[in-house]
Amino acid sequence: MNGLPMNGLPMNGLLVAQAGQPEGLAPLELPNVEYSAMAPHLILIGGALVLLVWVAMVRRRPPWAWAAFTVAVGLASLGASWLMWLDVGRNGPRTAVADAVVVDGYSIFFMVLVSVIVVLGALMGESFLKREDIRGPEFYVLMLLSSSGAMFMASANDLVITFLGLEILSIALYVLAGLDNRRMESREAAIKYFVLGAFSSAVFLYGVALVYGATGSTNLGEIVGYLQSSVAPANGVLLAGVALLLVGFGFKVAAVPFHTWTPDVYQGAPSPVTGFMAAGAKAAGFAGLLRVFFATFDTLKLDWQPIVWVLAVATLLVGSVLAIVQEDIKRVLAYSSISHAGFVLIGLQAANEKGLAGSLYYLLTYAFMVLGSFTVVTLVGRKGDARHDLDAYRGLSARRPALALAFTVLLLAQAGIPFTTGFLAKFYVISAAVEGRSYSLALIGMLSSVVAAFFYLRITVLMYMSTDEEEAEEARTEPLAIPRSMAVVLAVSVAFTVAFGLLPAPVIDFARDATLLI
Amino acid sequence: MSLDGSWYLCLAAAVFTIGAVGLLVRRNVLVMFMCVELMLNAVNLTLVTFARMLDDIGGQALVFFVLVVAAAEVVVGLGIIVAIFRRRVGATADDLHLLRG
Repeated sequence: MNGLPMNGLPMNGLLVAQAGQPEGLAPLELPNVEYSAMAPHLILIGGALVLLVWVAMVRRRPPWAWAAFTVAVGLASLGASWLMWLDVGRNGPRTAVADAVVVDGYSIFFMVLVSVIVVLGALMGESFLKREDIRGPEFYVLMLLSSSGAMFMASANDLVITFLGLEILSIALYVLAGLDNRRMESREAAIKYFVLGAFSSAVFLYGVALVYGATGSTNLGEIVGYLQSSVAPANGVLLAGVALLLVGFGFKVAAVPFHTWTPDVYQGAPSPVTGFMAAGAKAAGFAGLLRVFFATFDTLKLDWQPIVWVLAVATLLVGSVLAIVQEDIKRVLAYSSISHAGFVLIGLQAANEKGLAGSLYYLLTYAFMVLGSFTVVTLVGRKGDARHDLDAYRGLSARRPALALAFTVLLLAQAGIPFTTGFLAKFYVISAAVEGRSYSLALIGMLSSVVAAFFYLRITVLMYMSTDEEEAEEARTEPLAIPRSMAVVLAVSVAFTVAFGLLPAPVIDFARDATLLI
Repeated sequence: MSLDGSWYLCLAAAVFTIGAVGLLVRRNVLVMFMCVELMLNAVNLTLVTFARMLDDIGGQALVFFVLVVAAAEVVVGLGIIVAIFRRRVGATADDLHLLRG
């Protein structure tokens, strides 16, 4: 480390710059950090830190205190996002912190979505942790930190920030997956998620390095400038970098063939964590993917569109077909989440404004549907979080009619039945594909939603049409309790799914305005 | 004697491939873990080489980010490995077979 020369120049550019011998290297300038541009992120991180200190200082507390605090932090960040939304509506989008972070409708859309997921996730976790007797605030702290990573992915204007966001999101999620460490399944899920997650981040990072080498910058704005100014921008290094970025994002959003971790991790992780993962991590992965591909590599559209087409078709078909043969509800929902990722990829493949707005709308509505579904899964799983075979749902309507009805609505919405947000979301992305002249992809999307309807209906039929003597007996001895916080999550997600399915305008406008304000 | 930048890029690509293949074929979780480190360091070499070729400090600064993230990943990863293999003899990935379908 004595500055051994490679080409006769000293190795350490930083020291050279400080010594006043630039030799072509610009001196390091510290950027002006505008904290207001990252207010929701910082509220979440601050909340996590306060929670940690609070736990260390105060021994006695009411059992619901941490959940209530996390809900308050989520609401605060929701409020901050809303103020930023108004500000961007008045003054237009801007970049901050040396162009590394961007404040626009798109990033604020995801800040709102992630804040809502934090609130619902904390409510879901509270009674689960009490039931499983898992003490300690780790769930809330890790969820807050992970969510801040998700927000950074959405507001990144630099591939470095995207990478950091991805890692903040993922590292907290690895631990969350292994939260219930008395259950061997949970620990196994943690290690599987960790190994494949670390692999995918390394692949993603190599993509960043190659894009940097080809364009000379990791800043998305500068990359766009380079691509527009150069005559033939698509060289091998750049295309390889873009492909590796796609692989890295593909792992995170569970697109086939990078989906192999999904069923195992969804099955093994504690049920509320799986709900958070399905809603939050998928939204964050797509937040990064859509921004990088729509906004930055738009000029390379003809190169990546065919690849995304193949990914979308594989994801749609594998997700919906393999879901049929599963016997575990969490695996069914895992494969269904894979097929939902395929629908969002349809929006990406269309590569038009409608496709982007459709993808955002899909992610927002899917978050509510999947959080509600995993609330039901958590409740039916009972103490021990183990009863997830489909037989556990046999005759649920007789024992808990309201719960069965809520689950039915959420499953039908995921299947895309009219008068629910799920139908509109599918309609939106498929019509974007038609507008983008991807007729075959639109057809495959509709076909796969027909296949998917089968396994959603199968669960519904199990709940309503069959009863089991043994189950009925067990239901009498061990009744299925629905804690109040779970009921709130269920009510909110069902109300959102049905109300905005009937009156779609506000949410669709929100998604469309978000794409206009980039 | 000085070498062309592409030599370093090829070396980095080779190291990255060794890491990726190693992660996919090895069965010991600790070795898989080392393979991830190999991949990340190959990326670091790529970044430094590009930074030299482009005369830009951004790539070298990025290496520090990667180092920090890799350290954080190691901490969490080893924690998970210790938690899962505390009651086992070897750290073999094939022993993990509860989740399947």
